[in-house]
Amino acid sequence: MTARIGVITFPGTLDDVDAARAVRIAGAEPVPLWHADSELSGVDAVVIPGGFSYGDYLRAGAIAAQAPMMRAVVDAARGGMPVLGICNGFQVLCEAGLLPGALVRNAGLKFICRDQLLRVESTDTVWLSGYRAGQQIVIPMKNAEGRYVALPGDLERLEGEGLVALRYVGETVAGQGNWNGSMNDIAGIRSADGRVLGMMPHPEHAVEELTGPRAGGGVDGLAMFTAAVAALTTAVTA
Amino acid sequence: MTTVDPAMGAVADGAAPQGAAAAGVTDPVVSEDTVEQAAASPEQPQPHRELGLKDDEYQRIRDILGRRPTDAELAMYSVMWSEHCSYKSSKVHLKYFGETTTDEMRSAMLAGIGENAGVVDIGDGWAATFKVESHNHPSYVEPYSGAATGVGGIVRDILAMGARPVAVTDQLRFGPADAPDSQRVVPGIVAGVAGYGDCLGLPNIGGEVFFDGSFAGNPLVNAGCIGVLRADDMYTAHASGVGNKVILYGSATGLDGIGGVSVLASDTFGGDESSSAGRKKLPSVQVGDPFAEKVLIECTLEVFAADLVVGIQDLGGAGLSCATSELASAGTGGMHIDLDQVPRRADNMTAAEVLSSESQERMCAVVTPDKVQAFLDVCAKWEVPAAVIGEVTDTGRLVITHQGETVVDVPPRTVAHDGPVYQRPVQRPDQQDALQANTSASLPRPAHDELMPLLVRMAGSPNLCSRSWVTDQYDRYVRGNTVLAQPADAGVVRVADDSVRGVAMATDCNSRYTALDPYRGAQLALAEAYRNVAVSGAKPLAVTDCLNFGSPEDPAVMWQFQQAVRGLADGCRELGVPVTGGNVSFYNQTGSTAILPSPVIGVLGVVDDVRNRIPLGRNSSGDVVLLLGDTRDELDGSEWAAVEHRHLGGQPPVVDLAAERRLAELLQAVASDRLVSGAHDLSEGGLAQGLAELAVHCAEPDAGLRVSLPTTGPDGDLDAFTAMFSESSARALLTVPAQLVDQVLARCTAAGVPVQRLGEITADGALTIDGVGTVPVPQLRQVWSRTLPELFG
Repeated sequence: MTARIGVITFPGTLDDVDAARAVRIAGAEPVPLWHADSELSGVDAVVIPGGFSYGDYLRAGAIAAQAPMMRAVVDAARGGMPVLGICNGFQVLCEAGLLPGALVRNAGLKFICRDQLLRVESTDTVWLSGYRAGQQIVIPMKNAEGRYVALPGDLERLEGEGLVALRYVGETVAGQGNWNGSMNDIAGIRSADGRVLGMMPHPEHAVEELTGPRAGGGVDGLAMFTAAVAALTTAVTA
Repeated sequence: MTTVDPAMGAVADGAAPQGAAAAGVTDPVVSEDTVEQAAASPEQPQPHRELGLKDDEYQRIRDILGRRPTDAELAMYSVMWSEHCSYKSSKVHLKYFGETTTDEMRSAMLAGIGENAGVVDIGDGWAATFKVESHNHPSYVEPYSGAATGVGGIVRDILAMGARPVAVTDQLRFGPADAPDSQRVVPGIVAGVAGYGDCLGLPNIGGEVFFDGSFAGNPLVNAGCIGVLRADDMYTAHASGVGNKVILYGSATGLDGIGGVSVLASDTFGGDESSSAGRKKLPSVQVGDPFAEKVLIECTLEVFAADLVVGIQDLGGAGLSCATSELASAGTGGMHIDLDQVPRRADNMTAAEVLSSESQERMCAVVTPDKVQAFLDVCAKWEVPAAVIGEVTDTGRLVITHQGETVVDVPPRTVAHDGPVYQRPVQRPDQQDALQANTSASLPRPAHDELMPLLVRMAGSPNLCSRSWVTDQYDRYVRGNTVLAQPADAGVVRVADDSVRGVAMATDCNSRYTALDPYRGAQLALAEAYRNVAVSGAKPLAVTDCLNFGSPEDPAVMWQFQQAVRGLADGCRELGVPVTGGNVSFYNQTGSTAILPSPVIGVLGVVDDVRNRIPLGRNSSGDVVLLLGDTRDELDGSEWAAVEHRHLGGQPPVVDLAAERRLAELLQAVASDRLVSGAHDLSEGGLAQGLAELAVHCAEPDAGLRVSLPTTGPDGDLDAFTAMFSESSARALLTVPAQLVDQVLARCTAAGVPVQRLGEITADGALTIDGVGTVPVPQLRQVWSRTLPELFG
């Protein structure tokens, strides 16, 4: 049976078409979820895509975190449903309390769009089980408020329990590194049960050779979706 | 749309006085100048000159109406008859585009000049629409908001054609990179383009950044947008069908960008900020809200998809004055509008203010009565404010009421289309001969051993260095259909997920060439944009222009304008690509000195299968580097002359459009047969810069280049300096896998395109020019990359 993966659209969501495309290419059925509804329509997992939900008014992700659909997602996530938050979706997960910390204005105070080298730190999550620990991948990053910060205690716990999932790494041909000033070079973190992953870079923009980043072959993000789909399909079939 | 007409005086007002509304101030009856009063008081003096109307223009309005205009009518006529809206100085010249467009050129055109944007058939039932517009003056006053609203305006123009906007571009011209004011203007404008486009969710796929002293007090901010639609789904701006409703939707209407109309404001309310008299002292440019525009786009596309719309118009320059008069003019009857129904965000607005407001993120739709509720339901879903503000009538007149009184009663065409037409004096300036006689021949040329250091230095100069500092602030990935973006010569987007068809767009203008010879300069801009589209593997299809010039009251400027229009139109006819639309921006000057004439030319192309586009830097070591086209001794107006000698004089490069066409056809053929691993246009900085860019963009980390320079051209032998820095047109670099070289060379010969084998891509990490010198690619990349970050942080 094909896995069904929900993709939420808030007013101001931008990368919902991209997330749905990635889900489709990975072999699952994307299910559009509208912010004002509170029914998850029986989906097996949810992607909260990038963009500027509600124009980033108040704080990035703050209003979206209170939407009826997000309340349903929070409940389902606590029950073990896999959730991937990308960029604005990561901000929403932090605002909704599913992940610790916050994303604040980039160190250089500018929006940054770059093909970014990342290191996969933890594969103990449904979303990253398709990679090797330590594998380096090229994924586009694009954000103005992507600097990850957390309280010292939270940061210690994330590092101590191996919950840092993805880290920015330095020099490649085009000279990338930790451009937004995130603490400990953190690009993505996961929940302790491995079901929830939040990340600033955009794996859904690296699923086709034609449109993906020039470096790295353009499809380094695809394994994130195919691994999740495989895990879900197995679970659904079992 | 451009909103500031210098004849109207300074840009005015943006901050909506929300405090007044929040404090619960009720809306007192604003004292209005009604049609009845106007008829009864013919002698009442009116501030028509302050509004930019000449005495004879004012008299014409009185003749049309048979009485004096009301304040609201005067506001409408003055803004619609302004240079920006009426094209009164350019109209007589722009007619030449129509005269030079053949039926064959028209065959793929679904909508042309006069619509919000041109639309061309791109095959398989798809159509593309594209346009470039200026937002120059507001961007100097308030760089961030001026640039941001420039993006917002052009996107609504594209949306109004029934298309989904799929990409944006930006063409930016600034004063000297190291000038103190550039620290304010450059980061502000770039952040404005980024802030609006990124939040709106449209990929930025290309543009230009150019620095020159003539733009110091008048930067040029042009913004382009491409839209995609099914050819059957096109909409236009017309109000037809008596009884159909007019719906205004989007943001509420406030006091943004009201400009000169504030001279009409009554003093009745005293000088506090919530009154008309006080707020005219609040100078500002309109403020954009890209979030509002994003939901406006999705809402509009949903009403299109549900077939709820008869006609549609965006609100840009001149706001409701423009939208209502244009909709009514293009329709069958008349229109009645009730301004009391317009959602507002400021208190005590007069009819003139509501009609002139340039509040952003608004659209106006004509809807049949049975579909009004469904339309409003879609707006409610997206939380977009909407209101029925009027209906189509059979009176043939545009009638507008406010607080129960008739404040406007005019024939709509007289506002929208029958504005004044000027035959401005045109005079080739006396100094043009001296400018052309002052060639670069007298400039000292570098010694042979200085050539390689010169290549590196030039690569780091502001006009040739990496644009990443700019383009890294723009999202090029959103929507997932971007096939090529910076630093490619043209942007390419796939039209839809389930299609392999793509559209390509490039824009170009060399303002220095245009100063030396405006006719040839415009053709060189056209040729370069055409070539850049071809270098991506696309077939050039159609042209748009954004004509940025100085004051039309200066006969020398009008001569530049006339020559540029003729050069462009004649060039388009020769290349067989029609001009489908455009924009004119006059009064661009620093102090009393006009900017370098800058006709920005955009070319749209189609790629039948985007998988066959010519990629950027997907080459590997061993690939052969070929130079296509002829090199002549052409250094007048060149980047070398500007950077090394601050010199501008002589004759720009020769234009050979037949050669451009052959080159483009060859590039399409080798692209669709997948014979090449890369292609790059040669332009500013010549072959030296082309090789430098090829070297820094190679895919493999240790890649380098080893080449020999061409030694002859059609005019005889070439020395190394000329071969490296001449800016001859109709040239490109190709990289070709070694096993395919013979095939490509044979194609070039068959196509009549001159070709020379220069060398190959190596794995030694250096750019080596035989007999000239060598430079490590990392060092070259560092010099090329650091200029803008060092200047702007």
